[in-house]
Amino acid sequence: MTEIALQVAGLGKRYRIAHRSGTRRYRTLREDMLALPRRAWRLIRSGGLGHETFWALRDVSFELKQGEVLGIIGRNGAGKSTLLKILARITQPTTGQAVVYGRVGSLLEVGTGFHPELTGRENIYLSGAVLGMTRREVTRKFDEIVAFAEVEKFLDIPAKHYSSGMYMRLAFAVAAHLEPEILLVDEVLAVGDAEFQKKCLGKMSSVARAGRTVLFVSHNLVAVASLCHSGLVLSEGQGVFHGSATAAVEHYGMARQATSRVTDLRSRLDRSGNGRLRFVSVSFRTAHPGEGNVIRSGVSLVVAAAYEAESAEPLRNVTISIPFYGASGQAVFNCWTRLSGRDFDSLPARGVIFLEIPRMPLRAGLYSINLWCEVNGLQADWIQEAAQLEVEEGDFYGTGVVAPDTYGPFLVEHRFRCEALPAAGEALVVKEGA
Amino acid sequence: MADASRSSEQAAGPASRRPPALVIRPSRGWASLDLRELWKYRDLLFILASRDVKLRYKQTALGVIWVVLQPLAAAVIFAAIFGALARMPSDGAPYVLFVLSGLLPWNFFAGALQRAGNSLVADSRLISKVYFPRLIIPLASTAAALVDFAVTLAVFGGLMLAFQTPLTWRLLTVPLFLALTLLTAVGMGLWLSALNVQYRDFAYALPFLVQVWMYASPVVYATSLIPAGWRQLYSLNPAVGFVEGFRWALLGSGTLTVGMVVATLGIGLAISVSGAYVFRRIEQGFADVL
Repeated sequence: MTEIALQVAGLGKRYRIAHRSGTRRYRTLREDMLALPRRAWRLIRSGGLGHETFWALRDVSFELKQGEVLGIIGRNGAGKSTLLKILARITQPTTGQAVVYGRVGSLLEVGTGFHPELTGRENIYLSGAVLGMTRREVTRKFDEIVAFAEVEKFLDIPAKHYSSGMYMRLAFAVAAHLEPEILLVDEVLAVGDAEFQKKCLGKMSSVARAGRTVLFVSHNLVAVASLCHSGLVLSEGQGVFHGSATAAVEHYGMARQATSRVTDLRSRLDRSGNGRLRFVSVSFRTAHPGEGNVIRSGVSLVVAAAYEAESAEPLRNVTISIPFYGASGQAVFNCWTRLSGRDFDSLPARGVIFLEIPRMPLRAGLYSINLWCEVNGLQADWIQEAAQLEVEEGDFYGTGVVAPDTYGPFLVEHRFRCEALPAAGEALVVKEGA
Repeated sequence: MADASRSSEQAAGPASRRPPALVIRPSRGWASLDLRELWKYRDLLFILASRDVKLRYKQTALGVIWVVLQPLAAAVIFAAIFGALARMPSDGAPYVLFVLSGLLPWNFFAGALQRAGNSLVADSRLISKVYFPRLIIPLASTAAALVDFAVTLAVFGGLMLAFQTPLTWRLLTVPLFLALTLLTAVGMGLWLSALNVQYRDFAYALPFLVQVWMYASPVVYATSLIPAGWRQLYSLNPAVGFVEGFRWALLGSGTLTVGMVVATLGIGLAISVSGAYVFRRIEQGFADVL
């Protein structure tokens, strides 16, 4: 059991940064031809093709023994997915190498290869083949897959008529019956309802117990701590901690708190938008000061997002959205100027936007926010996971009773009262008279 | 737990005993085609191809009828314009059959090009989420086009009976000419699909290319219209060989020469081999671009 399953040495991946206009990564012939003289000129001047690049992953090394379950944690853009994509052979590393002993199966999304027009039966074969199974293998496990997904009755109906829960169960069932020696799993548990997540986690731990080697990327720190033997913390593409799973989760939590109250956003390159406005920092202010990004349920929270405009002129028609996400990436609520009817007609070229939440309704847990801004109807800036915050238990209801953590993420103000109903006979009379 | 220095000591032992299944490292330059791996994934090829066929016939109400109607209507129109109005020669055969015998391989070829050309972009989600030999995707699209070909071939058989065209031993050579068509189609499909990922212009250039190519090939007119002195140059178009080949095999007419077949075979091979290597080279960046 102590044989090496995976050996990663100095793995790195460099991407060329797309231009500001952004989302289009492919090129057109015309652009390439027009750019030729410019590139030639640059080549002459600088003695090399100067592309703007950034390292999504840099010099990551670790080893995994057979049967070991490794959790990889880190915030968005830390390089977790890039690492999995390299190990799954979807993309090539720029430096370093990984030596793999055994068949690799990757589960980077639920429902890879599924097509809504095809029936459940056809999709099982299709998805199985895409994930690397032969037809014979799928046939052998067909009944097991169907039973796991609980879709017997709907096998010959196109998947587009499935409920999203059924769709998800079937998709995961196919993937779960893949039998690789090394399994790569990315965040698939972030989708689906609680019961489905439980089922997935159960399957994951049985896979792990069966001696399979697993690489598990997740935001769900609880799942990492309970499922994994060891943990690797990635930050800005580099491995910053490698140890036991609980130590890694702790390290990650500390690293997050250490990011201080003001989160500098100038170094964030993983943003999109035309840049008319750029968020430069974000901080949290709360009624009970002195604890960094930790706030308490039920107290007021102010999110202060500092920004700079591209030009010195004031900005017109600005829409701001600050959505909150839970630890496993699920959206919890969104604060959006359009919802609250307060789009900004005009903003100064430099300033701080304050968002006030009078009584923090979230229960204890780790949360993160995105920052999104639209100027004149065009997306100006969008930073995912701009900052993390930790909410700790607070006396939301002023009763000294802390809500048990089995009833969802929210605390909602509520009042109970009781009114006496008229006797049964009288009620009938009223109804007849109406 | 897994302290880096300690585990690297352990690594020397077991790692050297067991051969690695796979070494992932940056690759430079030309990669091998790795046909063995391709063969391992043959089930995926078959399933993707049947997916394409099913989707095509499921999503349209008339399904098969389109596949039949489209070349038939085209053949009638071309026969009316070139045969009846312009009175162009058809080397003895009824003009409708003459045109259809050319459209048969041509529509397969053009269809395969269109499907393969857009296949990688259409399946970009697969490419960015799971590994398999990327060559499978354009190959499966080309294979899916074979089903349309089979349907039209059956229709053509019916028409041959209706027109009482003599059935000869030449019909047995149809598979050979189909193979020839397939060779060129696969090669062009690989080139176009790979380039289309890099330069999306190809999605727009493709229909245009197909149309121009059709008129540069003896699909709706006879090769005998080309002045004899130009025919050798004309035969460098690989489509000339397979279109004339089909016409010769089905109708026994046309101007097929051994030279045409050899030229098509040679050029088809060159396109396929170069296409496969170019594809393998560009493939390394697919997931980053798509």
